[in-house]
Amino acid sequence: MKPAPFDLLIADSLEEALACLHEHGEDARIIAGGQSLMAMLNMRLAHPSVLVDVTRLRDLSYIRCKGDWLEVGATTTQAELLAWPELATRAPLLAQALPYVGHFQTRNRGTVCGSLCHADPSSEIPLALATLGGEVVLKSRKGKRVLAAQDFQTGMLTTARRPDEMVVAARFRLQEDLARFGFREVARRHGDFAIVSIAAMKTAKTLCLGVGGVAERPTIQTFDAQSAEDLEAALNAFAWQLGGSDDIHASARYRREMVRRLGHTLLQEVSNAAAS
Amino acid sequence: MSDSGKDLTLERPPPDKGAAGKSYIGQSVLRVENRALLNGRGQFCDDLPVKRGTLQAAILRSPHAHAEIESIDVSACLARPGVHAVITGEDMRRHIAAMKVPLEAPLEYYGLAVDKVVFAGEAVAVVCAEDRYLAEDALDDIEVVYRPLEPVLDPLKAVEEDAPVLHPAVKSNLISKHHFRHGEPEAAFDSAERRMSFDIVYPRNSIPPIEGFVCIAEFLPENDGYDVISNFPGPFGMHSVMAWSLRVPGNKLRMRSPPNAGGNFGVKLTMFPSIVVMCVASKLAGRPVKWVEDRLEHLVAANSAPNRVTRVEAAYTAAGEVTALRLEHWDDHGGHIRAPMPGPIFRMHGTTSNAYKLRHLDVTMNIVVTNKCPSGAVRGFGGPQLYYATERLMQRIAVVLDLDPLEVLRRNILPADVFPYRAPAGAVYDSGNYGRCIDEAVAEGRLEDLKRRREEVRAQGKYYGIGYAVGIEPSQSNMGYIAIAKSAEKRKKSGPKDGAIVYATVSVDASGSINVVADSVPQGQGHATTLSQIVADQLGVAPEAIMVNTDLDTQKDAWSIASGNYSSRFAAAVGSATHLAAQRVRAKLARIASGTLNRPAEDLVFSDSMIRDPDNPDNAVPLYRIAALAHWSPGSLPEGMEPGMHERAAWSAKELEPSNELGEINCELAYGFIFDFCGVEIDPVTFDVKVDRYVTAHDCGTVLNPALLEGQVGGSFAAGFGAALYEEFVYGEDGAFYSGSFADYLIATAAEMPPLDIVHCTPSPSPVTLLGAKGVGEGNTYTTPVCIANAVADALGIDDVVLPVTPSRVADLLLAEEQARVGAPESEAPEASGSGRSLTGEDSVIVPAPPEEVWRSLLDPDSLAAVIPGCRSLETAGENRYRASVDMGVGPVRGRFQADVRLFDLEEPRKAKLEGSLSGPLGSGSGSGEVHLEACEGGTRVSYSYRVKVAGKVAAVGGRMLDGAARSLIQQFFRALVSQAGGPARRGLWSRLRERLGLSS
Repeated sequence: MKPAPFDLLIADSLEEALACLHEHGEDARIIAGGQSLMAMLNMRLAHPSVLVDVTRLRDLSYIRCKGDWLEVGATTTQAELLAWPELATRAPLLAQALPYVGHFQTRNRGTVCGSLCHADPSSEIPLALATLGGEVVLKSRKGKRVLAAQDFQTGMLTTARRPDEMVVAARFRLQEDLARFGFREVARRHGDFAIVSIAAMKTAKTLCLGVGGVAERPTIQTFDAQSAEDLEAALNAFAWQLGGSDDIHASARYRREMVRRLGHTLLQEVSNAAAS
Repeated sequence: MSDSGKDLTLERPPPDKGAAGKSYIGQSVLRVENRALLNGRGQFCDDLPVKRGTLQAAILRSPHAHAEIESIDVSACLARPGVHAVITGEDMRRHIAAMKVPLEAPLEYYGLAVDKVVFAGEAVAVVCAEDRYLAEDALDDIEVVYRPLEPVLDPLKAVEEDAPVLHPAVKSNLISKHHFRHGEPEAAFDSAERRMSFDIVYPRNSIPPIEGFVCIAEFLPENDGYDVISNFPGPFGMHSVMAWSLRVPGNKLRMRSPPNAGGNFGVKLTMFPSIVVMCVASKLAGRPVKWVEDRLEHLVAANSAPNRVTRVEAAYTAAGEVTALRLEHWDDHGGHIRAPMPGPIFRMHGTTSNAYKLRHLDVTMNIVVTNKCPSGAVRGFGGPQLYYATERLMQRIAVVLDLDPLEVLRRNILPADVFPYRAPAGAVYDSGNYGRCIDEAVAEGRLEDLKRRREEVRAQGKYYGIGYAVGIEPSQSNMGYIAIAKSAEKRKKSGPKDGAIVYATVSVDASGSINVVADSVPQGQGHATTLSQIVADQLGVAPEAIMVNTDLDTQKDAWSIASGNYSSRFAAAVGSATHLAAQRVRAKLARIASGTLNRPAEDLVFSDSMIRDPDNPDNAVPLYRIAALAHWSPGSLPEGMEPGMHERAAWSAKELEPSNELGEINCELAYGFIFDFCGVEIDPVTFDVKVDRYVTAHDCGTVLNPALLEGQVGGSFAAGFGAALYEEFVYGEDGAFYSGSFADYLIATAAEMPPLDIVHCTPSPSPVTLLGAKGVGEGNTYTTPVCIANAVADALGIDDVVLPVTPSRVADLLLAEEQARVGAPESEAPEASGSGRSLTGEDSVIVPAPPEEVWRSLLDPDSLAAVIPGCRSLETAGENRYRASVDMGVGPVRGRFQADVRLFDLEEPRKAKLEGSLSGPLGSGSGSGEVHLEACEGGTRVSYSYRVKVAGKVAAVGGRMLDGAARSLIQQFFRALVSQAGGPARRGLWSRLRERLGLSS
């Protein structure tokens, strides 16, 4: 379990990192916390010829509130975000979801943006970003792009990041007045990859669920059901749309059932909390 | 042997607590091992220095579960700089004799695959290179051509007439069959008031140690011998197997163990074939070779406890007393049988009747091979499988008779006045008071609280159940038990096999300090602590003053076939021998001191490092002075006394007799008793199974160190708890292995462990071990899985409980038919995988070109090459056959594969079928599909369906993403087809629907 040979660039500046990506394109891969990538390298599932270590780019380690957005820099770790004192009041969904990201040891190294780039179908951070209607900021030598979460993660382990681009920040929508959130995860053990993870959000405008672990990427669905029967039908339709796969931990059917059941519970919780 | 134990008497040695009066035995003395371990100063095998020039080994493993090896080409690999040798199965066959197996079947096993592979992950070749990185790089250079064969995974299917046969020389996957009959089972069944029969399935699992196998092997050309340092834990009877295989006398295979090992749990026993392989590698490479097993290798290929199917038939009375038991086992050992397998089933045979009174047994054992990882010795060694049958039986009888399961246990349990008791299959239960132990556990463990809780929880409409289990816990194997795998006639011919020798040495040097050497090769249990307690009691010194060495050097230490760390041997055996050696040292010291103190030796007292006259505090001499005399002045020693102060005890209990003609054998020496109960709550929403509280009561005779006992109980409980709820090695029907990382093989961690109440029952000291102690290392691996299963059965009111009890499995039991699919017509939806782990799917795209043009693209090698994502080269290999080299993957997961594709049943330009295979370092796949072309508005609707199977590394570690990955790759192909045909693509109905539902891709 040793990686294939690669060149390592420990970037001292964003420009240096982007220049390297520009030069090597698809053969290069950015490494930050390495909590997913290192395992893939060691198992030789991935073998980039160049690794660009961005952990020294301390300028990109920040948590900032800008207007409606909470912006998290590329090298901010999951633990740092979780420890942000205002998290519970200003980004309650993240406060609920982050403790489910791996284990505290992995959160100490794993970055928020790295998790988005890795795009695991079961990851909590992409789910939170998608549910909150967040954005991803990408930079390359040619310039900057901002992509909405749903446009960024295109499928399992795949994103719309171009080979010469680096994700420099993620933007989560800050707490609006009266918005309510719920989060629930079903996994075999704490810290395991989610079998199903569900986020619920109720704002003045919308009531929605975001689901991870079932389809190939986080999926958001809004609900405007008028009756209990409508809601049940809508949840059932949503469960079937997500489809799900059998794996050794749970059947597709189990996953769909959890979407129905926990989705229902969460929608009720956020609706009732919002009403009170 | 008679059919009851009444004629048996076991001699109990006189109680002896040493001369000090004060006893360290029985106290929770702190572990002397901790200081080094907690300060990071443990010396594990990988920490030991190696000689300059030592090569590192990496192993090439089969992606196929069952295949013939047509050819292996290592030339490119050997040409790579830094590579010194490549060893294949052919090399092994040339250089060694096939490894011996305790069965009569003509099995040949060489450590590396010869001619064929029989499980996914089987070692095919070893590369020895200057470092591990280079060695792993070089693995990709070995070209192996496999011809895949149909695999068989299910032990019942494997023994069917037309099943594919793994080992042609044996001609059947039923490697051996054994029948045992004890008492009068036919008569008991004929006259039975009631009968019951059912099947149980015990899954595949293991107890993976933190540290995997590590081995440093050096061929010594000066004497044609081998020097091996490894974390092999014994039994050292396997040393003979290795030496025999390497064709050297035992004294030319020196084996040494490191001071520390990171767990074993029996698992490391079956590293011995790897040791033989590395010895041959060193011989061929001309340098020492080191191999460190990694986690993926360990989970894929180290070993597993055998899974088992048992058909249980019981005869019982209307009162719930079982009178006879008929068991037929199909014990699944995976692809190869390696010594001492199939040992577990024979080891536990003696205790088939568990702690119950029944006297009539009929047992059939089918020893089966399938295309899975070979079996190994896993802590519990046959116990979990056996007691899963007996204890499910008791629970089911209680349900049928509408009795409290605990009442059924009590009606069947052996009474206190039967000991020593010869169980019908031969085990001699040395001591016990099972009823008292149950009473104590019920009271101390607060069973009534759990029952109240069950009522409360059930009143809320939730699921709650209580389970019970009892188990006889045998310790210290009789080396003769495996002989019952052979016929009585063969046993007679090969001479008696019995006993279990243990060696311990206690010495006092010229400065009076005490050394203990024992053959126990621990893996973290605290043997040094316990032995220092035993010796301290004898010699009246503080335990921390005693230095204990328990690693083994076969060239310098006293050892025998039974030496090592397994079968809960330590407390019963090593404790006894060490006690004996310490007694001898004390006797010798006392005899010398007798002259100095002018008192008879037997009167002297040893305390505070002094030897004393008990009646005169002033008449005493320091122990070190007497010891020094033995070294400095042999001439002054009493007449006839050996000089020095070095006493070695070799001990083998006489109760470990050979088997009789019926195959009845006292398979182990001392038999402890366990009684467990637990409460289980099942979440009605997520179906998660939570163990509310677990109570385990043990009678293991004299307790040597209560803290270490709790460590053993807690550890084996964690393993049993994992087996009940989390741990399983999962295989697909195609033999692909899906549990290759700790994200998929789920070990219960501290966070999952429920509250565990350990009840120390009033001990029934063993009359057959010198300290009255019995082993306690395995018990909960036996009883915990079935205790939890019984609680789940009680909670859900079900008969069949399949382990591990996952929420998804509970959901399958409880959920009614699923709500109907809405939102998409059946044919348009991307159907997720169906049965087994075959990945299936279907979809359609609209290609903006007429069907004829699309057809041409599909059949033209050049345009096909342009359409296949990552295609590096594509050549025609016959009519409508293509061979391509492709770089493909999902996201950052990429690999190079050789693809062979054939199109057939062509109906131009409407329909084609295709089938093919892929192989590469990441794994292999095979699949089939159908493509339909249909003219439609805007071009051609291309509909496709596929069914693929994926095996190898990607399946082992990426199982949860395989469906999505297959879908994604196939979509990539068809998207490329669309753009090749001049896209932009118009999507099929399903894609449009997905978009409308906010799922756009």
